[in-house]
Amino acid sequence: MRGYSHDSSLFLPTPKIARNCPIPDFLDKRLVFVTGKGGVGKTTVAVALGLRAASEGKRTIVCEVSSQENASRIFDHTQVGFHEVEMAENLWAISIDPDEAMREYVLLQLKVRAMRDLLFRSRIFTYLAAATPGLKELVTIGKIWELAQLDRKVKRGRKYDLVIVDAPATGHGIGFLQTPRTFASIARVGPIHGQAKTLDRFITDHTHTGVTIVALPEEMPVNESAALEQDLRSEVGVAVDRIYMNGLYPERFSKQEAERLGELAGAKDGLARAAARAALSEHSRARSQRAQLSRLRRRVEAPVKTLPFLFEPELGVEAASQLARRLH
Amino acid sequence: MSSVGEILDGKGICICAGSGGVGKTTTSAAIAAGMAARGLRVCVLTIDPAKRLADSLGLRDLDNQARQVDPKLFERHGIEMKGELWAMMLDAKATFDELVARQAPDEEARDRVLGNRIYQQISNALAGSQEYMAMEKLFELHTEGRFDLLVLDTPPTRNALDFLDAPRRLTQFIEGRSLRVFMRPTGLAARVAGRGASVALSVFKRIVGFDLIADLAEFFNAFSGMVDGFQARAKRVNSLLADRRTCFLVVCGPQGEPIDEAVYFHRKLVEAKLPFGGVIVNKVHYPAERLRGDGGDLRAALAKKLGDEELAGRVAENFSDYQALAERDARNIEHLAAELRTKGVIRVPYLDEDVHDLAGLAEINRYLFASSAERIEMAAGRA
Repeated sequence: MRGYSHDSSLFLPTPKIARNCPIPDFLDKRLVFVTGKGGVGKTTVAVALGLRAASEGKRTIVCEVSSQENASRIFDHTQVGFHEVEMAENLWAISIDPDEAMREYVLLQLKVRAMRDLLFRSRIFTYLAAATPGLKELVTIGKIWELAQLDRKVKRGRKYDLVIVDAPATGHGIGFLQTPRTFASIARVGPIHGQAKTLDRFITDHTHTGVTIVALPEEMPVNESAALEQDLRSEVGVAVDRIYMNGLYPERFSKQEAERLGELAGAKDGLARAAARAALSEHSRARSQRAQLSRLRRRVEAPVKTLPFLFEPELGVEAASQLARRLH
Repeated sequence: MSSVGEILDGKGICICAGSGGVGKTTTSAAIAAGMAARGLRVCVLTIDPAKRLADSLGLRDLDNQARQVDPKLFERHGIEMKGELWAMMLDAKATFDELVARQAPDEEARDRVLGNRIYQQISNALAGSQEYMAMEKLFELHTEGRFDLLVLDTPPTRNALDFLDAPRRLTQFIEGRSLRVFMRPTGLAARVAGRGASVALSVFKRIVGFDLIADLAEFFNAFSGMVDGFQARAKRVNSLLADRRTCFLVVCGPQGEPIDEAVYFHRKLVEAKLPFGGVIVNKVHYPAERLRGDGGDLRAALAKKLGDEELAGRVAENFSDYQALAERDARNIEHLAAELRTKGVIRVPYLDEDVHDLAGLAEINRYLFASSAERIEMAAGRA
């Protein structure tokens, strides 16, 4: 019997992370991937990073890759789509649809118009493109790379100083970032082999590309973030620049105060009692969050920065701007 | 108004669906435990439980097999297990390999598929294959008939719907039979299809490289004997999902985004004529409606009681922050209930402690299986 397990010798090796070269500051890189488990606030952090970079005068674009338009939700529900849409001063957004990205890629590859038309009309092309594993992810990353080039391939393409990617949630995120290398392995020759290698080199080049993980101060997200950092290092070959611990409650009450409030929590007055209990809940959550924060710090190598929980009914531009000011 | 126990009465399959980060794994485990406590033989299929949840269920070395959870673990937390709780952690790649082994006409065909590079890519990484395999395992366990109820924790895909579409997408892919003929440039089919197709193919080859095309052709060749088996199976999986003994529970959080996704998900279920059972909202800030008050009065009252103006101010501020969240949650849930045309929204409160162990599971369990009136009582006692 052969081939039962994933034979890694078939695939290109994970590059070693270079540690002796000067690494530019996080937002001075050309490309930043924002990764993390689902529901941790990746989109909000990606937009906040975008706002922050834009406020520093960097022409910045925030990319979404799974056609969910979460960023457009933050910006008052304007649909973004496969266009570079201006959201604020110096800040653009795009939602990368793989089919559109594929189309653009082919347009750039084939200069002969008749051939392009033929290809797009052909059902077999659509079929092959869908059947080739990883091709959609590859053209998506290809588009991200294209956006990050000062010499844009797209005609009259705007030059960006920074591209921020709201990456897919954890499990899929690793596969997503591995796509170029995997593809370079399965397509051993041809133009796409070379292009996939270029993408992989760019992604794993710590001077150009940065990676951040967004975590929450809870058991599971902390575990997953630590595992994600490990996997990004060993399976993709990238070091995480920083981890944002999102949604941290303020520590409003000291332990002594909590004890005093404990007496009030048994009081007769319904409202005072409810307020005291709410304060105790907050105290207990804030404490367990601090414990998770130290647990994360012990388990990861990257520096951990904190972001406050925002008592906002909906997280819109205002909330993202608040976070942008708190980013450090 | 309904509890999970009533919703799942007489059901054989419960599928918990929702976007990532809403507590789906915990909810699935709590549902399975609650139904097992009622006397059923239940198996929960999960994709990636947090390590401590897995540990507390005794799932340390889980492979692709169902293992029984020690009932004593639950008794310690006041849950008497009248039935049995089993759990399984799904290994998508192993399930796919098993499926190929089952469908392959002979060992040689099986090894050709398993050794193919394209297959290794799909079974490991192709979007949708994890979802498809979750359905596959569910079908397999259902066919074996060892359990009264199967609870599936769907994979944490960002788009909660991917898994519904997965069997169709994957079989479409595997059905690439028609593709094979084009890969032989002199084939009759290529001539019939005309110049367009062969030019398209040659352009595609030029872009992705001949090797890849050769691997693809190899893959489809190797798979060709199994296509019918896969198709037939996918059809049966789909009819199992639509069966009236199957029940979809939508799990979400109280914020705008997860609520919108739950609404979207419900609409897709209805469109696909799949049986929707109810919706569970986790981490709800409970219960503002009984505790509305004037902030100024509260501050003064607290100051009098505490003898500390400054602390009273912080307590009042904290309370009004939480009230705002509770009001938002109530608004969002109202919207959800209206969109889903259901009164059966099950709210699980945001607990003080992060839920990741059996004690937390037991507490979640109490809410899921309580009647709505009991839930309000319980939450009021906490607030």
